[in-house]
Amino acid sequence: MSIAAALSSENAASVGPASGPALAAGPTRRARSGAYLLLLPGLAYLVVFFILPVVALLATSLYVPVPGGDVGQFQPAFHWQNYPDAITAFWPQIVRSFAFALIATFAALLIGYPMAYVIAIKVRGKTLLQGLLLVLLIAPFFTSFILRTVAWKQILADDAFVVTALKWLHLMPEDGRLTATAFAVVAGLTYNFLPFMALPIYASLERMDIRLIEAGGDLYASGLNTFWRVTLPLSMPGVVSGTLLTFIPASGDYVNSSLLGNPVSTSMIGQVIDSRFFRVSDYPTASALSVVLMVAILILVGLYVRRAGTEDLV
Amino acid sequence: MSARAVLPGGEAPARRRRRAWSLGDAIVPVFATLAFAYLMVPIAYTIAFSFNDAGRSNLVWRGFSLDAWRNPCGAPQVCQSLVNSLLVGVIATAVATVLGTLIAIALVRYRFRGRAGANLLIFLPMSTPEVVLGAALLAQFLAVRVQPGFGTVVIAHIMFCISFVVVTVKARVASLDPKLEEAAADLYASAWLAFWKVTFPLLVPGIAAAALLAFSLSFDDFIITNFNSGSFTTFPKFVYVSATRGIPPQANVIGSMMFFLAFALVLAVQLIAAVRRRRAAAMSSALS
Repeated sequence: MSIAAALSSENAASVGPASGPALAAGPTRRARSGAYLLLLPGLAYLVVFFILPVVALLATSLYVPVPGGDVGQFQPAFHWQNYPDAITAFWPQIVRSFAFALIATFAALLIGYPMAYVIAIKVRGKTLLQGLLLVLLIAPFFTSFILRTVAWKQILADDAFVVTALKWLHLMPEDGRLTATAFAVVAGLTYNFLPFMALPIYASLERMDIRLIEAGGDLYASGLNTFWRVTLPLSMPGVVSGTLLTFIPASGDYVNSSLLGNPVSTSMIGQVIDSRFFRVSDYPTASALSVVLMVAILILVGLYVRRAGTEDLV
Repeated sequence: MSARAVLPGGEAPARRRRRAWSLGDAIVPVFATLAFAYLMVPIAYTIAFSFNDAGRSNLVWRGFSLDAWRNPCGAPQVCQSLVNSLLVGVIATAVATVLGTLIAIALVRYRFRGRAGANLLIFLPMSTPEVVLGAALLAQFLAVRVQPGFGTVVIAHIMFCISFVVVTVKARVASLDPKLEEAAADLYASAWLAFWKVTFPLLVPGIAAAALLAFSLSFDDFIITNFNSGSFTTFPKFVYVSATRGIPPQANVIGSMMFFLAFALVLAVQLIAAVRRRRAAAMSSALS
């Protein structure tokens, strides 16, 4: 899709308007069995290493401790009570995860859309500049995202330039800080998923006929009006996939909250799942929280996609 | 306004009413420049701190030094974790690219029963947060008592790469002109020969893009790896684990090397594409 399409502009350019059911062979029986042969290895892999693990996760979420057993020893059961228990214990982290992810998604949209707009519309025709800006947009993928997140920790540190400058300008109280705050976590999330937001929007705008904007002007629409009535609706598929590609990973992320946040007021659900698994070997609670996260996201994504009216996600 | 250059007919813009767009014209580029700076600053930090004369901690700038660049493997485990990541990335990319490409071809070329189910099976792993994918695989490995390590990491990486390969290659398959294969058939090529000699070569850019994407996803993955690696360490895991004690500058050196390598590679591809397009444009205007 868009990310990879944008990896090479040659490729992105060739993905023109969808050309319908291309190369559709006749639905003969032989053709159909050919399809199943092609599908079998990959889909079988996903069944074994995606579907079965999710079933195992569901099963584990209902386990109970072995009576008189050691820490980390559980036996199969149907202990549905694990779910209300897990949710009452960790609802602040669940709510916080979705709130942070939502704010980060919104911020990434506000920052990423103009970037995509400049690359796709403003510098269209200037091939070299466009190519350079595209490379800059995917440049974050070239370094480890954990190294970049650690860099944020340095940038926002108490004695670093940003905090010092803000204090000097009296925009921040003397004892104020940016590290270990919710702001730092959301800024980190926004930063890390920004290319995932901007690239699909770029791919949508790239396909747009630029004369449509001029036509808007000719019909005496203001620039803002043209944008609102013409450009934005045409880029909606990109906005929808960009927001999904940002929101979904951001809500489960725990790298940003553990590197940039503090353990008390910024911890997210991913951190809880991780520590339930590895620190206290509480597999049922960790599994129940994972299931809650997965189901919540599927519901949210389903509602969103239906509202946005884009079926063509895959 | 580059758009004018694209438009046929040179005189039209002069008489056209200027759009009242000046505020946006000024603000959008400024804002975008700031956004690009926001994107670049942490990368610049990562590279700068590879030259830090770091003592025990590489969090604070202590002066310029080339020590880490002279000896990138100087810190324990750095190079081993890099080799591990490369190995996992290459295997996972190879397997996921083959499996995903086959699925993509089947999805675009054939109408078959169960298509919606297949699409859902591709879509679900992408719309599941990594922490859930990692936890599910770990629950599975615990249930069947498999010791986590190199093998389980490779299995996990293949799994989450397949969907992205499918989606990437599918876009390419869908953009191909079906008439090309029909033409091959008219020239008495068998279906297989037509695919192999006509369709497949046209798919190669899409497959290459998918493989690059899969490799970068695998190479940079931390969360799923952390759940399923046991004591096996990849490069992102090494960086994360050492973040609490202080990351050795050698990790920044390796991060910077990867950055320069990928940047040069992609820039070269972009330049070649730009030159080719320009040449093609010149050719077509000369012909017309």
